[in-house]
Amino acid sequence: MAAIINQKENFFKGIVKENPVFVMLLGMCPTLGVTSSGFNGLGMGVATLFVLLMSNIVVSLIKNQIPSKVRIPAFIIVIASFVTIVEMVLEAFMPFLYEQLGIFIPLIVVNCLILGRAEAFASKNTLFSSVLDALGMGIGFIIALTLLGAVRELLGSGSIFDIKLVAENANTFILFILPPGAFIALAYLAVLFNKISIKTS
Amino acid sequence: MKKKESTLINMVAAMLLITLIAGFSLGFVNELTLEPIAKSKLDQKVNALKLVLPVFDNNPVAAMILLKVENVKDSVEVYPAFLNDAFVGAAVIGTSEKGFSGLIKLMIGFKPDGTIQNIAVLEQKETPGLGTKIKDAAFINQYRDKNLAIFNAKVKKDGGEIDGLTGATITTRAFSEATQMAYDEFIKDTAFISKSKN
Amino acid sequence: MDYIIILIAAVFVNNIVLSQFLGICPFLGVSNKVSTSIGMSGAVLFVMTLATLVTYLLYQFILIPAGLNYLRTIAFILVIAALVQMVEIILKKVSPSLYQALGVFLPLITTNCAVLGVAILALGLENGSLLKAVFFAVANSIGFALALIVFASIREQLELANIPKGMKGVPINLLIAGLLSLAFLGFTGLV
Repeated sequence: MAAIINQKENFFKGIVKENPVFVMLLGMCPTLGVTSSGFNGLGMGVATLFVLLMSNIVVSLIKNQIPSKVRIPAFIIVIASFVTIVEMVLEAFMPFLYEQLGIFIPLIVVNCLILGRAEAFASKNTLFSSVLDALGMGIGFIIALTLLGAVRELLGSGSIFDIKLVAENANTFILFILPPGAFIALAYLAVLFNKISIKTS
Repeated sequence: MKKKESTLINMVAAMLLITLIAGFSLGFVNELTLEPIAKSKLDQKVNALKLVLPVFDNNPVAAMILLKVENVKDSVEVYPAFLNDAFVGAAVIGTSEKGFSGLIKLMIGFKPDGTIQNIAVLEQKETPGLGTKIKDAAFINQYRDKNLAIFNAKVKKDGGEIDGLTGATITTRAFSEATQMAYDEFIKDTAFISKSKN
Repeated sequence: MDYIIILIAAVFVNNIVLSQFLGICPFLGVSNKVSTSIGMSGAVLFVMTLATLVTYLLYQFILIPAGLNYLRTIAFILVIAALVQMVEIILKKVSPSLYQALGVFLPLITTNCAVLGVAILALGLENGSLLKAVFFAVANSIGFALALIVFASIREQLELANIPKGMKGVPINLLIAGLLSLAFLGFTGLV
């Protein structure tokens, strides 16, 4: 089965057709929780991509060694290990980002996207396909988070990636960096995304 | 390769192996990052100290003293600064729990006479875009080079001289309260702090 | 007094779903009927309280004394997964009626980030104690239940409404969640 997978399709499906955030609604907690700025969204996206890629690689490599009854706990240990590594590395070398993302770093463990890919894809496919799958899904996740973060930052703080676009004391739509703004901005982005993906396909 | 059967032995062995590998590799990474984590925490503190204090050449972190205060739960941290063995000021941690969303923690740098050198916001959970403006230079500059002995650090609404932040009066009040607390502490014990060179 | 503040803060001011964004998956996923959302809330209350109790003890009495606090995430998620399995087995034997009500939701809870999130947040409580941590978990699951049931009630009404085509499904649900979150924002500053 693995041989007939179209690798190009395999990679790109995560970015548009099966985009984890806009289409599959996976990993919504970090999506909403950390995207008050473009930089935070990007940071969370990259951290998730790393965990996703590494867990897909390991799961794909050990898939035949794991008895199927214990596969879920085994995958969870693999994922949790990589999450802990990310946590320690961020705390050591990027303390600013570590503080901003806070509780959502350990919570990468329960991001349904990662366990979902491990179970639904990596445990059934070759290493190469699993790497492409993880990269595609991870990049799709990064795009979604960065986009949402950038939109919220632009409307809510009047800046983009910390570059101020309006006067220091200008009034901005503060709503968008507050919790309700996360839901509302994502709602309209999802509408837009639906519209675009319907048109293109 | 054939998939392993789900026999009890296989299951236990697989889980044990994975847990062991995970445990050891995490232990290894923990060893590697222990030092950088401690260093980055210290750096953050030192950077805040450099920001709020006049030029100094001692190690205020090592010279830190804890002062017990009556109406505050924890002891107050004071970081005395010296240049060529002369006392040039101290950074005092001021806190207030009356922020809009709870605790506000500041580091306030004083010159020896009690004039505020600068203020750094260490911890706050205020409303983004409103209360978080206490971190902006425009707001903090209102306190710089002021001596609370003659300057009323209360918000204008309360009869003081500070322009409150629009939509964040409560935050501003808490900020002033924390500053005042640190000032009172500094003035009360200046004599002791200035002699505490390690 | 402390406990009243924790309760009000967890239920209204820092509602776990609407302002902390934990447990969004079940919030969006099992909220199309009020009856299912009540079942889910019950299961979360049960597991969250039990998980926080066990993880708090594990952290304070095993991980910290052994200097292994970097294993927090991995240990907690395993405890939660095992706990969910155990609860499922015990419920099936002891109380089949309760199992019938909660059973389908239990497997979903392992990946409910609210459970792990609350277990981790409970460690950071001021002047923490076991009692306080468990109370914190109960308060948060009440907050979860409140958000979920209110949201499900609105969604039930919505089925009769005429919604523009592009807004159907996910977008309208997110929008409602946004308005709900806005309403809860009014509680800020209460404690």
